[in-house]
Amino acid sequence: MAKKKRTIRSIPQERAPMPVQEPQQRIKNFDEVALGFTLEDALVECARCLDCPEPACVAGCPVEIDIPGFIMKVADKDYRGAYDILSEANLLPAICGRVCPQEDQCEGVCPVGDTLEPVAIGRIERWVGDQAIENNWSRRPHIESKGIKVGIVGSGPAGMACAADLAKAGCSVTVYEALHEPGGVLRYGIPEFRLPNETVDAEIANLVNLGVEFECNTLVGRLFTIEQMLDEMGYSAVFIGSGAGAPKFMGIPGETLNGVLSANELLTRCNLMQAGKFPQYDTPLHLGRRIAVIGAGNTAMDAMRVSLRMGADKVFCVYRRSEAECPARLEELHHAQEEGIEFHWLTAPIEILDDGDGNVRAMRCVRMELGEPDESGRRRPIPIEGSEYEFETDMVVYAIGTNPNPILGQTSRLKLNKWGYIETDENLATSMAGVYAGGDIVTGAATVILAMGAGRRAARSIKNYLAIRDSETIYHPQPVGAEGQLFGIDLAERNFARLRLG
Amino acid sequence: MSGFPIVAREDFSDTTFLLEVHHPVLAKAAKPGQFVIVMTHAKGERIPLTIADFDRSKGTITLVIQAVGKTTREMQANCAAGTELFGLVGPMGEPSHIGEARKVVCVGGGLGVAPIYPQARGFKESGAYVIGVVGFRSRDLVFWEDKFRAVCDEFIICTDDGSAGIKGLVTEGIKQAIETHPDIDEVVAIGPPIMMKACAETTRPHGIRTVVSLNPVMVDGTGMCGGCRVKVGGRMQFACVDGPDFDGHEVDFDDLMNRLRRFAEDEQIALQRWSDSCRQKISVAGADGEA
Repeated sequence: MAKKKRTIRSIPQERAPMPVQEPQQRIKNFDEVALGFTLEDALVECARCLDCPEPACVAGCPVEIDIPGFIMKVADKDYRGAYDILSEANLLPAICGRVCPQEDQCEGVCPVGDTLEPVAIGRIERWVGDQAIENNWSRRPHIESKGIKVGIVGSGPAGMACAADLAKAGCSVTVYEALHEPGGVLRYGIPEFRLPNETVDAEIANLVNLGVEFECNTLVGRLFTIEQMLDEMGYSAVFIGSGAGAPKFMGIPGETLNGVLSANELLTRCNLMQAGKFPQYDTPLHLGRRIAVIGAGNTAMDAMRVSLRMGADKVFCVYRRSEAECPARLEELHHAQEEGIEFHWLTAPIEILDDGDGNVRAMRCVRMELGEPDESGRRRPIPIEGSEYEFETDMVVYAIGTNPNPILGQTSRLKLNKWGYIETDENLATSMAGVYAGGDIVTGAATVILAMGAGRRAARSIKNYLAIRDSETIYHPQPVGAEGQLFGIDLAERNFARLRLG
Repeated sequence: MSGFPIVAREDFSDTTFLLEVHHPVLAKAAKPGQFVIVMTHAKGERIPLTIADFDRSKGTITLVIQAVGKTTREMQANCAAGTELFGLVGPMGEPSHIGEARKVVCVGGGLGVAPIYPQARGFKESGAYVIGVVGFRSRDLVFWEDKFRAVCDEFIICTDDGSAGIKGLVTEGIKQAIETHPDIDEVVAIGPPIMMKACAETTRPHGIRTVVSLNPVMVDGTGMCGGCRVKVGGRMQFACVDGPDFDGHEVDFDDLMNRLRRFAEDEQIALQRWSDSCRQKISVAGADGEA
């Protein structure tokens, strides 16, 4: 049955709206803000995909998901088929559908977006991912054990993506995590109202199903070194995805006062340690009443919205540039605005003031204006002389980025770059043979999906290094004879073509 | 890894007790000066504890705990040989630098008595002349005297009431050591911040290098949260990855002591709630007994 070709005129013109919790209600709970598509919403949205012959979205995706492929399966009501296509490239669709910056990736290049709103690829992806969790779908491809051990440092998105690909290639994969629960930033960083812990658990269960082992409470570098993993523990290769780590402070007076903390600390206390349930849980937060968050990236938005839900009277965003330069996802910024966060653009703190008892009383701030563009291409903020004023606050949260974590540099011979991140080549190989690295520990703070993309690229490099035939290459079980060989190398392996069977 | 078996417990006083925990890999990796983070149960907090000893042949590490807050009192009540710790991760922090110093004073007070032991042993093994100085409130609280005597060339006990050794604080012991030995290369002091501050002030006029081990509030212990930041020589440092050892003459102890009060109110709430629930349990058990 031939299908009628879809055109920009024939598809539904409006995006299916995403059901959300109302702002006044959601600031009182940690339940998800975006409730997710219904089946009807998903079908409407799938009908908006033009199924382009050369899909720009696939090229725009860091893990190259066959996006039109899975969308067409949903449109055909073959939901399981959609999940199978999706999970071929991305084992964590329920996570990526929620936290990827799709507007800069797949949706940013979707041709529908030239005239209308682009296809809401992320929301469809999330719907399929949630269906998989709900119906307990999992993909356990046939895995032939190669008897090769690979160790992975860090159980965040980079490590998880790398683990998935290597496990599918038949490696015995062990993922080491320093905290007491796996998931890395997905667990300690991203709050429950954006990514429920249950979703993270479900996606980790998928990896366990592939044979991946998780070892928590293990600080690699200190408990054993990368060198020991290779020399003594029998690992043939190691992937490092340990994340960016150390939070930045500004170096202004008053930063060690009580009431000043990093967004990492605030989020870890709330997400991982459940400080919201103190004293049933033992970890306190000691929330202030008027909370000023410095910075306007996604982490800042998370810190502000968590503070609000923990019961703060008033939450402020203090950012030295203007709204136009705000680095957070637009959706996050909108959600924060709807929830009543007060934004103070073009404002920078220069001192944090003491209440006389070692706690924060206020900040001294200065107003800024924008000058010429700097090396980042954004207009440089310049302090306005004589504009200093006092900003009343009793808790100051820094969300201005991170410095590299020093532990692996302190404990191994790995070469670091001048900023202290791990140096790699284009294949993510480090200065030590058999050791690969990717994600924030290489690039500095970035996104979950970029870390996952790096994890997959590193997995490809590790397979090459270990001479594991990639599942994409075609394997000839019969030797092709002497003519087919050159210096003992099977020529058929050199220029393989990708075949689709069936 | 999870579920770390406690193989032995010893009580030194009504507040101080020792736990020996089986973790062969950790015992193999641990070096003097490092610490671990412990979680007693899934709803517990992560608390840093200095490694007081490690036995590589037995595959165990030793922690000495002072029951002062909710978590440590709960440990005192619940942790026994045969039970398990929910979480144990480490060794964390840069190991102490045990190197060229030929004559060393190792000072421990309060919570710091136990963790100064592996340092004293480390220095002894490196061939240094070791003078141990430890402080207790009174004679009946003294522990590990034999262990210390076995690794120290001289050993000075200081008690507040003079019931054992010399009467006075550990600074008196340091002064005595400096008087008899003009050639001391290094002093290592572990204990409450107020004690370490006093030690640093005692050695400052003599220009003797003084290393202190800081134990501020932390969450992850891996450099990620920044809760453990301390001021050293005017610069901000993270005790968990840059320390825990720092130059005592450079540390801003007043800032550290202020930061240790950060959760004072919450700690009080947690402790009160816990003691109430313990009393309730006891009264319920009592009522059952009568019925």
